[in-house]
Amino acid sequence: MADLKENIAEHIESGRLKTDELILHMGPQHPSTHGVLRLELVLDGEIVVKVIPHLGYLHRCFEKHAEAMTYPQVIPYTDRLDYLASMNNNHGYVLAVERMLGIELPERVEYIRVIMAELQRIASHLVAVGTYGLDIGAFTPFLYLFRDREYILDIFEKTCGARLLYNYFWVGGLSHDVHTGFEKEVGDFVKYFRPTLTEVNTLLNYNKIFVQRTANVGVLPADVAISYGCSGPMLRGSGVDFDLRRDDPYSIYDRFDWKVIVGDGEVGTLGDCWDRNMVRMKEMAVSCDIIEQALASFPEGDVTTALPKRIRPPKGAEQYARVENPRGELGFYVVSDGTANPFRVKCRAPGFVNLSVIDEISQGHLISDLVAILGSIDIVLGEIDR
Amino acid sequence: MALSTPSIFEHLTAAFPELTLAHDEAAPCIIVPAAGIKDVCLQLRDHPDTAFDFLMSLSGIDFADGTLGVVYHLASMTHKHKLTLKVVVPKDAPHVVSVEKVWRTADWHEREAFDLYGIVFDGHRDLRRILMPYDWEGHPLLKDYEVPEFYNGMKVPY
Repeated sequence: MADLKENIAEHIESGRLKTDELILHMGPQHPSTHGVLRLELVLDGEIVVKVIPHLGYLHRCFEKHAEAMTYPQVIPYTDRLDYLASMNNNHGYVLAVERMLGIELPERVEYIRVIMAELQRIASHLVAVGTYGLDIGAFTPFLYLFRDREYILDIFEKTCGARLLYNYFWVGGLSHDVHTGFEKEVGDFVKYFRPTLTEVNTLLNYNKIFVQRTANVGVLPADVAISYGCSGPMLRGSGVDFDLRRDDPYSIYDRFDWKVIVGDGEVGTLGDCWDRNMVRMKEMAVSCDIIEQALASFPEGDVTTALPKRIRPPKGAEQYARVENPRGELGFYVVSDGTANPFRVKCRAPGFVNLSVIDEISQGHLISDLVAILGSIDIVLGEIDR
Repeated sequence: MALSTPSIFEHLTAAFPELTLAHDEAAPCIIVPAAGIKDVCLQLRDHPDTAFDFLMSLSGIDFADGTLGVVYHLASMTHKHKLTLKVVVPKDAPHVVSVEKVWRTADWHEREAFDLYGIVFDGHRDLRRILMPYDWEGHPLLKDYEVPEFYNGMKVPY
């Protein structure tokens, strides 16, 4: 009997004898899919052989809606794409329309936009890192990070009246100026916030259990990342030094002194889950740097002077504008037919493109590692399904 | 070295004489025949002077004049230049050669264009719907699309 068992074990190891493959559906209602996403897993025992994502549970035809709206009416819809980074979504869309119209923005508008976008990036990364810890099984850091996110949402609420969906960036400007005391509040927040990053590093990122769960898991090589169109922390986690804020400059990011964070395989292999998470951690500090510099030279002025009375880009005009969203490259391809409604609005969502690589980097890992990999991609289903 | 669209166009016409350059100051693009798009893309990706290794976006579009289009936005990580390619196909036979083997990211983008516009990408290994339900009928982003009254017995315009 013992001989037979050894024989079987040998056959399985050599690959001559395979166990039956099992198909398991993870989602659409599953806590670690971060929304309504269904992953069809082909499993060999507990080993993942193939991952087939099924999307569309949140599909609401954003692009079709946009064709029936006037240009400014589309902005609230962009809020709801990536609902953790609404400011950045507004930015991408209004940038495309402004380039079609050839609008020059007042200085103050650009500064407010950069500060808002960077605050939003911090808020979004706080959710990403917090829920990632939650996926791995660490509950405490999640509470610490959400506490600090509240301060940012409070600032947004005072300015826009909304905590999540702002409709704040308008074509040619902003819906209104920031509230009194905005600069002091943001400056105080940045000062308060920096120590949290060190705290979370001790609590979560260099925690032995967390490192063991994420280092060397889901390694994404740089060439694969580029071929799959990955962007943002996904791409930089694999060691590619590329950030749209520097490499395809928009707004006024070229005026500030900041550096692009790239993964370095500190505790494992370059491009593993830990690296992607660490890029987000370090990017929050970079956002703080940018905000501080922007506050130091924050100009006075009117934010509504460049708002156009009538938004009708010339017939045939088209523009592909891309901005660095917390999740990566957010692109808006807008085509005009000369009327008040856009002829075509295509949204290139970073989460949609980043998610497509999951099959490639999950093969051969355990199911529990798949949870770690999915969390490290940091998806928001609102923009994937659009 | 970053190249402009006209110089990339000149670069390409030696090997592909059938291309045309759309002269538009704000948004220049190169029009490519549907059958030749994959070869053009391979050349653009592999030639060291162009090195378009990043497909930013692939969008379907309905021009509302009996033709559909596919718009490719390419970028190069090394040279930091960008390029727009366009393919125009008749609406009654919308066939475009797939570039999914050139850039893996084109896989989902082409599935999306197929789903929403009905553009068929020949040579795609797994052309299924991606955003709409698998048994949905029709392609919603077409300009003449009419919302069906029922889907699986449920009333659609609720």
